Amino acid sequence: MSDTLLRISNLKIEGRSDETWMPIIKGIDLELKKGEVLGLIGESGAGKSTVGLAAMGYTRDGVRITDGEVLFDGVDLVKASLPDKRALLGKRIAYVAQSAAASFNPAHKLINQHVEGPVRHGVMSRAESEEDAIRLYERLRLPNPQEIGFRYPHQVSGGQLQRAMTAMAMSCRPDLIIFDEPTTALDVTTQIEVLAAIRDIVDQFGTAAIYITHDLAVVAQMADRIKVLLRGEEVEEASTEEMLSHPKEEYTKSLWSVRSFKRPAKPAIQTDTTPVIRLKDVNASYGQTPVLHDVSFDIHEGRTVAVVGESGSGKSTAARCITGLLPPTNGTVELDGSALPADFRKRSKDQLRQIQMIYQMADTALNPRKSVGEIIARPVEFYMGLKGREKRKRVDQLMDQIELPASEFYDRLPSELSGGQKQRVGIARALAAEPKFIICDEVTSALDQLVAEGILKLLAQLQDELKLSYMFITHDLATVRAIADDVVVMKDGRVIEQGPKADMFTPPHHPYTDLLLSSVPEMDPDWLSNLLEERGRDNVGDMATDKMA
Amino acid sequence: MITLLWIIGGLLALLAISWVLRKLAQVVTGNKPRFRDMPLAVALGYVLGVVVLAFGVWLWFQPNAVFFRWFVQGLAISVVAAFIFRWLGRTVGTKTTKKAFRQMPLTASFGFLVILIYAICAIFAGVLAPYGQAEVFQNVNVLPGGNPATGGDPAHLLGTDQIGRDLLTRLIYGAQNTVGIAFATVCLAFLVGGSLGFLAAVFGGWLDNILSRIVDVLMAIPSLIFALLLMTIASAWAGSQQWLLTVYMVLIIALIDSTRVFRLARAVGQSIVVMDYVEAAKLRGEGLGYLIFREILPNATAPLLAELGLRFCFVFLTISALSFLGIGIQPPLADWGTMVRDLAQFINFAAFSPLAAALPLMAAGAIALLTVAVNFVVDWMLHKSSGLKE
Repeated sequence: MSDTLLRISNLKIEGRSDETWMPIIKGIDLELKKGEVLGLIGESGAGKSTVGLAAMGYTRDGVRITDGEVLFDGVDLVKASLPDKRALLGKRIAYVAQSAAASFNPAHKLINQHVEGPVRHGVMSRAESEEDAIRLYERLRLPNPQEIGFRYPHQVSGGQLQRAMTAMAMSCRPDLIIFDEPTTALDVTTQIEVLAAIRDIVDQFGTAAIYITHDLAVVAQMADRIKVLLRGEEVEEASTEEMLSHPKEEYTKSLWSVRSFKRPAKPAIQTDTTPVIRLKDVNASYGQTPVLHDVSFDIHEGRTVAVVGESGSGKSTAARCITGLLPPTNGTVELDGSALPADFRKRSKDQLRQIQMIYQMADTALNPRKSVGEIIARPVEFYMGLKGREKRKRVDQLMDQIELPASEFYDRLPSELSGGQKQRVGIARALAAEPKFIICDEVTSALDQLVAEGILKLLAQLQDELKLSYMFITHDLATVRAIADDVVVMKDGRVIEQGPKADMFTPPHHPYTDLLLSSVPEMDPDWLSNLLEERGRDNVGDMATDKMA
Repeated sequence: MITLLWIIGGLLALLAISWVLRKLAQVVTGNKPRFRDMPLAVALGYVLGVVVLAFGVWLWFQPNAVFFRWFVQGLAISVVAAFIFRWLGRTVGTKTTKKAFRQMPLTASFGFLVILIYAICAIFAGVLAPYGQAEVFQNVNVLPGGNPATGGDPAHLLGTDQIGRDLLTRLIYGAQNTVGIAFATVCLAFLVGGSLGFLAAVFGGWLDNILSRIVDVLMAIPSLIFALLLMTIASAWAGSQQWLLTVYMVLIIALIDSTRVFRLARAVGQSIVVMDYVEAAKLRGEGLGYLIFREILPNATAPLLAELGLRFCFVFLTISALSFLGIGIQPPLADWGTMVRDLAQFINFAAFSPLAAALPLMAAGAIALLTVAVNFVVDWMLHKSSGLKE
């Protein structure tokens, strides 16, 4: 009994929308022993973050705790007064937010933000705390630990910032740290470094942690136990091994099986056909900075080419060259064998129609002031010249194709749709132009896994029906495995390797492809340990310094 | 010095009282979170509120606090009128107007009521006004109230000015002239400033640079002085044709105010232009008109509406200021700014005859009331269009 650190019982939380209070968390129990790591997983809207914050006795604005208690070491944080809570928060309970870049104050150096907690709580003097910060930076294998604290947040990369934030959470040696999706915004290769660092330091100090994420493979590496949430209710809870091998509930099983979606392989490309899109030695630059170097690849009819690489590798820039938003400085883009004008303003309406785009953030890709029907109808009217009843008929047909019945969704605004539904509207808008070729820019990375799978299946089905070609930009290799026919690997604006999917996923690889492939977390609790052993500890540190330069 | 000590002493006493009261409340309620976590400043706020309220009640019963009583009475009447107006709106009308009125706060319905009354006055001025706006009577300097015992005249309910023009008539015609001209000016300013601002945002590059620098130069000159300068030139051009001078005034104020609108439209436009949906429209091959009016404008309405409310008030005040200085709306046209100027010296009699002091305050109040009303309505529209639920 005495080793229970945190006990949440029958926690109920409500949030206000439209003047009424709606339940967000409908009675959750949770227990955490000292030094234990609990993984909280669920889709967006499941209430993971709300539970995480409630574990600190905190709720966001417009949210209130209506029932239950949060006992931290015998203190009920729900009823505790503000001064009592202040004495605990930061000192014994710490929080690591999803986006470190948004959570650090950009006006202060890292170390000044780091020492604030210990000095305020009277744990250490300023000098001691600064020394301790450097030791922690060392332990988290940040490059240049002596110096890095004296930089401003914008001078440090995302992965390093996330580790600096973990160091900051550690500054008072808390008993409990809440990690709220700390690696979701990072590249796979960076994610590994952060995961390894977090796991190490949690082990070393025997800190208990609640690890919130939607990525099962990640939580499998980090947690001792896993709790699955769905719409504010607990689905099940078990130790990590058991949860991975024998999930009990249907919902959990469906989460587990998402990664199994795979399309049958297509026959090899016939060499004599002209590709739908061909990039020939494309060079491009933003101002004076060159970003693409001699990029060439083909996309054939009815096939999906996945372009993979870390952020900054030039994948999206290549897409901008194809659409004509960024005219290449050198090289050509061909559509059906004939060269396209470099600037989209010089392209004909029909050329523009053939190349459509689906965006990563459906929120910014749909005009928030237009209804779903209007959004889809515009290309129909603009390109096909349909009016009145004919137009409406075509829109209805398109909406059937994306499985959003027009009777229900025609008049809705984008803000009244879920993330997956918005993405479907984006797809319908692209389809409305009846294009040959669609660029999908990270279309699933902002979505939950179940929803993302639905989108991938829809895209695959549409491709079969309409003979579409896709250029699929992604950093997620699981998606590549699921949907791609051919793969192009990019790094620093160059094509590192390209070929059919089967070839790319079987060794031997280019060393960089190998690094990318091996960095994708797997559903095996020992995966991270094995990988780190294989790569060697120093190697991981080197990679970090490498990225710095 | 003594006064300062009194103030400090008083504040300290209030602070002590609020501390004691908070402590008392904590003990009585058994440490309810409401009182337990209440900062001392909030407790002091409550105590100060009570003190101010008590002062108000005391002031009400002072014999010479006439204006305060008028103010409180006016406030009470406004609240009741707004309440009735909203109730009417909720029971009469189509489904959509009923719904709009149901969600409306009292301030907004008050704003609508005032604007409605002004609009009726402006449109039907010729019917509503008892006399013509240039008509001169024998009775000069009649005080408002219509009671001969206090220097009034039943024929002139709100009194007459120094040359014997009926003030009620001129107030009503003032709505037509001042508000009408202000409205035309604001529309023009928004048309010019808004379209150029969006154009600069969409095109960027040299066009943006040229337009922005021109606007910078115009904004560098203090606006009232600039307007005065231009109006002096315009009055030479207009010669004896008074209506031409009014047209020039509309153009000049619209030009000066469009610079502010340009700045806002450009800034808002720039943040919308980078959105993916605008990129999608561009890639579709849409023309400039579609981009500006169908993609950008609907998303820029909230900040532009807020600006519209403020700008209307500023334009309105500028016109009144120019008229006050003698180069705005020319006599015999009735105008509130001119009325304030003509009757300004009556304010000196406030201590002896509140009714005399009320003469210039009526026109000034008409200006102030409309300013407040427009902003109430704009606040509400802004709240609605920004999609804030709380």
